[in-house]
Amino acid sequence: MEEFAALVDALVYTRSRNEKLRLIAEYLRATPDPDRGWALAALSDGLDFPAIKSSTIRTMLMERVDPVLWTLSRDFVGDTAETASLLWPAPDHLPSPPTVSEAVALLGGMNRKFVQAELPQLLDRLDASGRYALLKLATGAMRIGVSSRLAKMAFAQAFDVSVEEVEEYWHGLDAPYSELFAWAALGEAPPDTENLPTFRPFMLAHPLEETVVDLADYAAEWKWDGIRVQMVRAGPKDNESTRIHSRSGDDISATFPELLDVMPFPAVLDGELLVRGAHQGGEAGGAASFNALQQRLGRKTVSNKMLADFPAFVRLYDALILEGEDLRERPWTERRARLEALMPRLPDTHFDLSQVVEAHDFAHLAAIRDTARDEAIEGLMLKRRDSPYIAGRRVGYWYKWKRDPLLVDCVLMYAQRGSGRRSSFYSDYTFGCWDGDPDAGAELLPVGKAYSGFTDEELKKLDRHVRQNTVNRFGPVRETDKSLVFEVAFDSVHESKRHKSGLAMRFPRIHRIRWDKPPHEADRIDALKALIRD
Amino acid sequence: MTAPFSWIKPEPHGIYIPPADCWVDPSRPVDRALVTHGHADHARGGHGETVATPETLAIMELRYRTGTENDAGEIPHKAVPVQYGETIRLPGGVDATYVPAGHVLGSAQILLEHAGERVVITGDYKRRHDPTCPPFEVTPCDIFVTEATFGLPLFTHPPIEDEMAKLLDRLAAHPDRCVLVGAYALGKAQRVIAELRRAGHKAPIYLHGAMERMCRLYEEFGVDLGELRLVSDHSKDDIRGHIVICPPSALNDRWSRRLPDPITAMASGWMRVRQRNVELPLVISDHADWGELTRTIREVDAAENWITHGREDALLRWCQLHQRRARALALVGYEDEDD
Ligand SMILES: [Zn+2]
Ligand SMILES: [Zn+2]
Repeated sequence: MEEFAALVDALVYTRSRNEKLRLIAEYLRATPDPDRGWALAALSDGLDFPAIKSSTIRTMLMERVDPVLWTLSRDFVGDTAETASLLWPAPDHLPSPPTVSEAVALLGGMNRKFVQAELPQLLDRLDASGRYALLKLATGAMRIGVSSRLAKMAFAQAFDVSVEEVEEYWHGLDAPYSELFAWAALGEAPPDTENLPTFRPFMLAHPLEETVVDLADYAAEWKWDGIRVQMVRAGPKDNESTRIHSRSGDDISATFPELLDVMPFPAVLDGELLVRGAHQGGEAGGAASFNALQQRLGRKTVSNKMLADFPAFVRLYDALILEGEDLRERPWTERRARLEALMPRLPDTHFDLSQVVEAHDFAHLAAIRDTARDEAIEGLMLKRRDSPYIAGRRVGYWYKWKRDPLLVDCVLMYAQRGSGRRSSFYSDYTFGCWDGDPDAGAELLPVGKAYSGFTDEELKKLDRHVRQNTVNRFGPVRETDKSLVFEVAFDSVHESKRHKSGLAMRFPRIHRIRWDKPPHEADRIDALKALIRD
Repeated sequence: MTAPFSWIKPEPHGIYIPPADCWVDPSRPVDRALVTHGHADHARGGHGETVATPETLAIMELRYRTGTENDAGEIPHKAVPVQYGETIRLPGGVDATYVPAGHVLGSAQILLEHAGERVVITGDYKRRHDPTCPPFEVTPCDIFVTEATFGLPLFTHPPIEDEMAKLLDRLAAHPDRCVLVGAYALGKAQRVIAELRRAGHKAPIYLHGAMERMCRLYEEFGVDLGELRLVSDHSKDDIRGHIVICPPSALNDRWSRRLPDPITAMASGWMRVRQRNVELPLVISDHADWGELTRTIREVDAAENWITHGREDALLRWCQLHQRRARALALVGYEDEDD
């Protein structure tokens, strides 16, 4: 547990992604099984101990520390687990600390009835760092900037294996991933994932940019504005189960329970998860905008009302594996034919097929794409007809051809320092539009934030502009004199109650810095509102 | 005959002593001020007369040029030095004795005596060893006015040797980089340097320009800080593998771009709570931690405790739980210059 606690502390204080990777990789190499597997689970997906909640910790501390002093301390620190780790009245002599596995076993064995007696015994064996790591692990919320993707990359780096393979095996296994370590660290055979609802890494596309392709070689499909998912059904015969994986490989099955019992055969399918609506066309009824889908994302439990108001379905793109047959090596045309043939066997309430967009030639396709905005479609996908299904991004096979972004002129209002390499620059910008006629006393209202879209050279100039034109400081934030115009590019704009302007942009970035443009010529809120499409 | 302790009045801008018409650590200019130590939240410029230790007066002179002539060619300010242990008689029959507080160079508690009643005002203090100033002395009194900067039970400052070892280990592990330590210019910076020397670190230590004059002043008062160099006189390569000390505000400032890939450290008692804006937290404080605060209240054992300058609520609650009379003073203008 001491090594794990030291790793957690080091990760808290490390900004650099590479350094985080190095720290985790080093830990994984140096730590024996099954400790490293449990640690990896705690860092990435999180472990679940139902008997231990934040309130459990609070109750436990209130029995040992005066409640007023506890509350004052908790309010100061802002985190229950950390406050408890600092306030815990440790015994003078710590008995031997538990290993991670021992701690996990003890935590897993606790129930609500005995947790108030057993958890203290465990805490008494740890120092303040150890208590922090243990309580964070026990409540399932590490929040130390380690995504499951980062954990997988660290694992791959630790044992010099490919991250695609790690992803493929990982998702079929449960913590502490003994088979995964046996394969990567000890060179044993890879885990058998055929009968497991395992994630297969997605095939991804490159931006098309200036490339022009021949439609004889490439097929076009709409790029739908939902979330890319992989539907996997696998398992022993008559006892199969379905899992839904997000693009990062995370298991999001619990968020979409209506999709777990609708695949009547084992398969691995690639598609876009959408909710029913009138915006994005399709064979069996349209899909709503991304904004509507957002209502469903990130939930661990789903109410019946949610299910009724925002019913989810999957628009299928591809078939990777069908009833035990791995199609990934076959050309796209063949996989597409198999997928089309499959559609009658899938309920149209929960599946439809992403249509191929027919065009005479590339110019015709470009014209079709230009009309796409009204349907809230993100753009086009171009898939080489003979392309196999390959994990990751491979040049020349798949392209995404996004529709041109929307543009609006905004005025820089606030700037904040960036993080990491950029921490000495003001690199995060909040900008606004006028709420009326600026010459008649209108004000600027913030409409978005961006921290990308400029070169290092431009960043230096922007940093200088911010420093020289500051009118107010609020902690790390500087308010500027609102003299600089940005041409801001974004993918779409939606109504939002969170902003005073009532608007929220998707993917805003600085398109051009308009050093030349006077701020009163920037756009008004009304112009932005006119671009709302949902 | 006046009511007990009517000669001492906590006001929003400091503690006022009516018979002597003077203030302790006033936060705005007054005719006569008794100053505990040189931190800006206790020592302000612009007083007519300042009574303080010679070290504190020198610090104030450095910061406020209190001894400089005005346009009329006069020196309007009168400096009255008091040595540790020395008692001076103020008007109205009030005696003031300056007692070491162990906080920074020149820091003192002020014992006030009048009509057989004794009040101790600690200013800021700590109970740990500090090579740059004499240790805190427990002084019996009727009213004990204590600071409470780290007045929450979660604040326990670890032994400074552990924090020095952390710093030196990190430095040794990255010979191509440097460790940039954010530390307050008065007190913390010099203590960190002196502790590094005590830990056997003999290499030159590099300073941000804002640190230089205060370090020189410490040396004039006999605190040995070893070889100090200014960052501005040296190249990136000179600084590789060395420790650099700067004010906290310079840690992430443009200034730091001239350094060789700095590892940012911060020396402060607040580092006890995890935060993400530094890479190497050093829990080093010149204030008493919770254990020191409560131990000091017990040892001084005053009839009444006045709590000020920080998180009063929790220390007040502790006094309540331990049947000690206490009240919180709401003084304005106290900020954490010196945590
Ligand atoms: Zn101070
Ligand atoms: Zn102070």
